[in-house]
Amino acid sequence: MVDANGSLTLVNFGHLSREYIVKTTINTFSISAVTAIIGAVFGALLAYAISVGNPKGLLRRITLSASGVLAQFGGVTLAFAFIATIGPAGFVYLWFAQHHADFYANSIWLFELPGLALVYLYFQVPLMVLVFLPALDGIKPQWREATESLGGGTWHYWRYVAGPLLAPAFLGATLLLFANSFSAYATANALINQGQPVLAQQIGGALSGEVGTFEPGFAKAIAVEMVVIVTLVTVAYSLLQRRTTRWLQ
Amino acid sequence: MTERSGVEVRLENLQRRYGAVVALDGLSLTIAPGELVALLGPSGCGKTTALRLLAGLEDADGGRVVVGGNDVTGLPANRRNVGMVFQAYSLFPHMVAWENVAFGLQMRKVGAAERKKRALETLELVGLDRYANRYASQMSGGQQQRVALARALAIRPQVLLLDEPLSALDAKVRGRLRDEIRRIQLEVGITTLFVTHDQEEALAIADRVGVMQSGKLEQLDSPVAVYSRPATPFVADFVGLTNRIPGEVKFGGVEVRGTQLPLVQKDVPAGAAIALVRPEAVTITGDGDASSGPLVGTVIAVAFLGATSRVTVDLGDITVLAQLPTSDAAEHPAGTKVKLALRPDPVLVDRHE
Amino acid sequence: MAAVTRGIQQTRRIKLEAFRAVVFVAAGIFFLVPIGAMFEFSTRGAGDQPRTLAAWQSIGTYPDLVAAIIASLELAAITTVAMLVLLVPTMVWVRLKLPRLRRIVEFICLLPLTIPAIVLVVGLFPLYNWMGNNFSDSILTLAFAYLVLVLPYSYRALDVGLAAIDVKTLSEAARSLGASWLTVMWRVIVPNISGAILNAAFLSVALVLGEYTLANNLLYNNLQVEIAMLGRANAGVSIAVAVASLLFAFAVLIAISFVGRSRRVRKEAITGLTGPLQGASS
Repeated sequence: MVDANGSLTLVNFGHLSREYIVKTTINTFSISAVTAIIGAVFGALLAYAISVGNPKGLLRRITLSASGVLAQFGGVTLAFAFIATIGPAGFVYLWFAQHHADFYANSIWLFELPGLALVYLYFQVPLMVLVFLPALDGIKPQWREATESLGGGTWHYWRYVAGPLLAPAFLGATLLLFANSFSAYATANALINQGQPVLAQQIGGALSGEVGTFEPGFAKAIAVEMVVIVTLVTVAYSLLQRRTTRWLQ
Repeated sequence: MTERSGVEVRLENLQRRYGAVVALDGLSLTIAPGELVALLGPSGCGKTTALRLLAGLEDADGGRVVVGGNDVTGLPANRRNVGMVFQAYSLFPHMVAWENVAFGLQMRKVGAAERKKRALETLELVGLDRYANRYASQMSGGQQQRVALARALAIRPQVLLLDEPLSALDAKVRGRLRDEIRRIQLEVGITTLFVTHDQEEALAIADRVGVMQSGKLEQLDSPVAVYSRPATPFVADFVGLTNRIPGEVKFGGVEVRGTQLPLVQKDVPAGAAIALVRPEAVTITGDGDASSGPLVGTVIAVAFLGATSRVTVDLGDITVLAQLPTSDAAEHPAGTKVKLALRPDPVLVDRHE
Repeated sequence: MAAVTRGIQQTRRIKLEAFRAVVFVAAGIFFLVPIGAMFEFSTRGAGDQPRTLAAWQSIGTYPDLVAAIIASLELAAITTVAMLVLLVPTMVWVRLKLPRLRRIVEFICLLPLTIPAIVLVVGLFPLYNWMGNNFSDSILTLAFAYLVLVLPYSYRALDVGLAAIDVKTLSEAARSLGASWLTVMWRVIVPNISGAILNAAFLSVALVLGEYTLANNLLYNNLQVEIAMLGRANAGVSIAVAVASLLFAFAVLIAISFVGRSRRVRKEAITGLTGPLQGASS
């Protein structure tokens, strides 16, 4: 925002329309949306499986603790874990390849956006469990029983009672997952070395000057773009959160 | 007097176990059409289990449930056409009052306009038509329970089930709502099962009261009978207040501190026993200053209960409660000596302490 | 008659258990296999040699790595203590005396969530340059930045804990018995939110130990940065350290969930409250 002469300039914001930035923004958006939705669905299923179990049981403790740890897990080690599993030398890939199911026949997608999405799920799903489980715990058993005594079956219960009650929490959690994925830097950096397809990496690149030019002002512009998007998402999340607490606490 | 309608409900030899714990041990009970039966007992006696088996929310391990002549034992809860009011938290928080009430009608595929009309009518029945567009969080506990009642009644069920509906409410609201529920039940004429641990509630509104303990029905009788002619020591103890006074069984009766009282139970073996005497059966015959004897003592406290008062008298080795008209009790304030007498009503005896 | 049909409730329970089994097994596979792969890799022998724990045992022989481990642990400790000292009294005070400020404090604490770490770097870069030149270029100065990062998660955890106890009544009771405010905080409030404090502490430790973005771009060598660098030279050791830190974090969290339990059992006995398992919110 401040150029070489020290006066304010909006030139850097103009640079946001550079073609590769637009492409990167779209990439980051789509990978965030995809991992948010898939992570939300699987995370919700896992959270549901936990919530209907013994509230003091060992299984619940273990899964919650594991979620707490894995939601923070990222970066190089996560990338490496996946490389060791389904990378070109990973044992899962080798096993499949030996059984004539070479899933890298066209390209090694692990090191491209699809691979990144898969790796992101590794921390998106636990994050969903942590954020969504309190809402599930807030569902009172009396609502199910009242529905039944009034003539409703399982489908009616989910369609008219539990579904609408959980919808704000689910939506809010999905948004949080989106913001989380959008902001991720370390994992993307570790997995994808060429091209920097993710916005966060563009900032890193512009700051370090390793790839392309050293443009701190431009880095700030990208940063502002990211903050705007993430802030909008976070505001929407907290509005939904308020509705949830009103019904489910 | 409104015509009594409703259907007959029969619980036949119901059994329910949770692992090693026996919740219901062969419970049999018939509720006449339009009758309100209250199941009364301490926590864990099985009264709520019985209700839930009738509702279909739990499966019986043995026995049958018959509603209106039909065996519904194998039917799932959502096909039983019962209306249920829970203790708390049962209103759907994301729906306003009339939507809650209309929910059962929605399940029965009643059209939207008709649904709303009937919901508002039922809300009017419970006196809450002005609150039709409020959410549960905007209503008091008493109002929420009235909406819950309307919701249960809107579907015109064959049976109305109430699971301790007043336990979570303030004392004052409890009294008023209790009478409301009875008034509505009589007006609609629906067969009702009301579960509670509060004996005052049960005695006040029921046609018959079933006192339960440990999965068994101890006595099923009118409120007056349960109170004044308890069938077992447990009932005598649980319903109303009871003085437990040691005495001796002989000559076909029990001698209690110099007074011979007839026995309710037959064939009681002679020997030491505890007589269960109601406070109303204990009277004050005069000042105790000049006399002595097993029924002479000092007044410790007088509890003013309105028309009557309860006087606590210390007889030296035990404490006894007497219930008298307040005007009589006023003559013997705390600290004075009094002489008591026991009315010759038949009493129950208990062998254990 | 009733004994013949299995019972609708039982059938429903069986279906539910089957669903749970499928979900947990699938989740178990997805999450444990990569960790297993890491463990497998870190114990490979060279060439045809058998499995070995050499990589694990040699962790101590890499001075940079050891320095980075120690630095990260120190950072975790400093950040956590600073966070607790800052947040606990403030949140209690706001609850008791300044309820109007509650929304503002909540907003401030949630603000860092809206700022992606990489964006924070952009803002902090010149600041850290200046600090490095004029004050100290110790890695421990990162604690300031980490404190900000940790605020949203720790705030949530502490808020849940404070909401579950009646702060007002407890403190009034203590004060009426003659306790000073320090005593109220330290001997009345803190013991009753120990679960939440441990939770907040854990989240803070986990975040600091796992942090990469800020350290890397501000040119400091913390644990994750060092693991990345070492990964290019000796992957086995680097992976071994990563697995070790995962297991360490997991063990700590499980331990906390048991502490939470014994407190809750006592609380339930006293007040009849039940609450969600601590650690459920991040």
